[in-house]
Amino acid sequence: MSIILILIPLSILFALAFLGAFIWSVRSGQFEDTTTPPMRLLLDDKQISDRRPDSESKSK
Amino acid sequence: MVFDLLTENGLDRFYQFGTAAGVRVNRPTKAERFRFLDEPAVRARLVDFSNAQLTRVTLRLPAIHCIACVWLLENLFRLKPGLGQSQVNFPRQEVSIAFETARVKLSDVAALLASLGYEPELKLADLESPPHPRVPRRLWVQLGLAGFAFGNAMLFSIATYLGLDVFSGPAFQKLVGFISLALAVPVVIYSAADYHRSAWVSLRQKLLNIDVPIAAGVIAIFAQSTFEVVSGRGAGYFDSLCGLIFFLLCGKLFQQKTYERLAFDRDYKSFFPLSVTRKQGRAEESVSLAQLAVGDHLLLRNGELIPADARLVAGPAVIDYSFVTGESEPVEKQADDYLYAGGRQIGGAIEVEMVKGVSQSYLTSLWNQDAFRKDKTATLNALTNTYSQRFTKIVIAIAVGVAVFWAFVDPAKSLKSFTSVLIVACPCALALAAPFALGTAQRVLARRNVFLKNPYVLETLAMVDAVVFDKTGTLTAAGAGSVTWTGAPLSEAEECWFYSMTRHSTHPLPVRIGDAIARNHFPEPVRSFLETAGCGMEGAVAGNEIWMGSGAWLESRGVGCRSRGDETLASSGKKSEPPDVGSYVHVAINGKHRGAYVLESALRPEADALITKLAENYELALLSGDHERERARLAGLFGEAAPLRFNQSPLNKLGFIRDLQRDGQTVMMVGDGLNDAGALKQSDVGVAVVENVNAFSPASDVILAAGMVPRLGDVLRYAKQSVRTVRAAFVISSLYNVVGVAIAASGNLSPIVCAILMPLSSVSVVAFACSVTAWLGRDLADGARSSSSARTAAERAEPELCAPNPMQVRP
Repeated sequence: MSIILILIPLSILFALAFLGAFIWSVRSGQFEDTTTPPMRLLLDDKQISDRRPDSESKSK
Repeated sequence: MVFDLLTENGLDRFYQFGTAAGVRVNRPTKAERFRFLDEPAVRARLVDFSNAQLTRVTLRLPAIHCIACVWLLENLFRLKPGLGQSQVNFPRQEVSIAFETARVKLSDVAALLASLGYEPELKLADLESPPHPRVPRRLWVQLGLAGFAFGNAMLFSIATYLGLDVFSGPAFQKLVGFISLALAVPVVIYSAADYHRSAWVSLRQKLLNIDVPIAAGVIAIFAQSTFEVVSGRGAGYFDSLCGLIFFLLCGKLFQQKTYERLAFDRDYKSFFPLSVTRKQGRAEESVSLAQLAVGDHLLLRNGELIPADARLVAGPAVIDYSFVTGESEPVEKQADDYLYAGGRQIGGAIEVEMVKGVSQSYLTSLWNQDAFRKDKTATLNALTNTYSQRFTKIVIAIAVGVAVFWAFVDPAKSLKSFTSVLIVACPCALALAAPFALGTAQRVLARRNVFLKNPYVLETLAMVDAVVFDKTGTLTAAGAGSVTWTGAPLSEAEECWFYSMTRHSTHPLPVRIGDAIARNHFPEPVRSFLETAGCGMEGAVAGNEIWMGSGAWLESRGVGCRSRGDETLASSGKKSEPPDVGSYVHVAINGKHRGAYVLESALRPEADALITKLAENYELALLSGDHERERARLAGLFGEAAPLRFNQSPLNKLGFIRDLQRDGQTVMMVGDGLNDAGALKQSDVGVAVVENVNAFSPASDVILAAGMVPRLGDVLRYAKQSVRTVRAAFVISSLYNVVGVAIAASGNLSPIVCAILMPLSSVSVVAFACSVTAWLGRDLADGARSSSSARTAAERAEPELCAPNPMQVRP
């Protein structure tokens, strides 16, 4: 059962790493605009030229 | 021109995004128009960051409306050397552009955007304060930290609740205790900092707001748990503590929902342009508004706003005062006439001489009233705070009572039971009830195109007992009246020609005429069609030259409009029920006047039903800047007792509201236009009615789509129901507290009871508040249909919003 004394600090270290990542994402402004990035995702140059022009009209 | 610019640079894919892609080019843009942006003072205020190499600026582009806009604006660097990365924020309609300081000037960036059709909106208010992100980053970090600590502390504590220390021995419990303590310290210090501060401020003002018992509870839990852990008596309540703060912060985030495209706090500075063209002798220069002085000569082009009271030097001018009065009919002015600030020139360029400074003008003087200095946020969250006044006193009385009782019976239990009561009574559920119930109601209403400035507007809405209406644009609507033909009767063919003409215009008047005379006509091809904004349109149908437009425009082309003299006659009351001032669209065939279409504005459909319904429960009044022509009809509607005031100036309106409030009434003002701005601000709830929710609206608490005006009664009822839901949630949370306090008072509060009771009460209260308000909101559902039709009408009236292409014909 003493293994738990190592596992617990280890799990906290992992959790702290995720907390750090979250704080970094907030600081870099990722939570301020959640609408445009999904749109930008669709704007890959190659893909768009393959599509029919009117298939995009719904996305407005 | 835009097409050429884009294809040259390999950006022709823009047009493959479908018909929605397309930018309306208003006029060729000269870089000189933006020259004032390079002045150091103006530039320094606008740019976010600038050094010798790189400059970054954020500009608001109201023309951003679809995915293609995002694509084009983020590929801006291909259009002009020296431009760097650009990033669009779609919900805020902003673009942030980086460029090389030495190679590109700020005015060049603005001119490039304008030439693409995305003219940056540069308003006087931009110079005053930089915009803040609506949900501060700090709140996100606080929430993340609390959530992190809550999750981890709960994981470890569950092990001890389940009796795991039986296997691993007391050392495990001690370790868990210290880890939880370490997790809770930053939560109490950083995440809960706002509650401590707010409680302290409120105590110093000798008030008990909801944050006082919260902060007391947090500190009590923390102190008790730290004591237990350090002295080795137990693991404490750290999991409950972190959970409590996490839920509270979730509530805070939920109530911060705002509608970024809508601005509730606009004053005249937000719609006055940043610059105007000043004329000095022959030379023209673009100067910022702050540099203007009385006596300057200004050049105003089509669509530009008159920034200060002025005298017309060279005309003729056609001024659209819809910003100021809500009246959509433009007014003709001749040289030497006095022009009030806030009007918009339509048609050719005019020259005016400034008579007053920008801040002393007729329009802006309204903003110097006391009403605009008053801060309404003082009454915010009154519902929770009044309840918590009583609540806090009772809890402290019980805690002290219990401590005194145990001091006599069993002194060892005294302190523990005192803190236990504070812990259990910590009004987490109470504090969450209002944000979640009202926040849900705010979202329900937003889906019906009723936008609230913040959730607490609902509290005031529920208390309203007097409703004051503006007439023009609120009760009457430009699009609601009939279209009639005056002049010699038309032949089928002629009407068909006119119909074909109207099909080519997106101006609201021809669109209405077109809808009215459509019937079975099949449109014929129109040749050499030309539309002059604010004047009219011309074109050839079946070999006949047809002109349709304002009387003044036709007269300027040598067509005598006999019936222009009749306009006053027709509107002054030959008929039994005189129409409101109608809009005339004159028509000439081959240079000969043929007659005119009269478009009457009338009461919105269902407006009578609304007034009759509201009159049962509310005191009603009407304030109109218009003349008394319609008094009889409106008096029949409002009832004889209701005050109907006509010829009201903006100041009169403000004063009327103030008088009502002095009589102890809670007043809701429903209006549009800037002439209501004072009244909207003075009233307890200002409701701005807009045809298009993204269009300009004066400062207000509620922005209401015009289509929802008939359902105002339902909105008010819904506000009352939401507030009742909050009260019910208070009762539920109090029941939990009674149970919890009963256990705590006996001095036997175990961490596991606390860990179950606290999240359970919070979650159940939140679930109750959200589901009941959402369920009540389903009654408003059928309103969505009527408002969506209003929206399409508004979109048609606002061609630059989504016009496919300037050259494209309306389908």
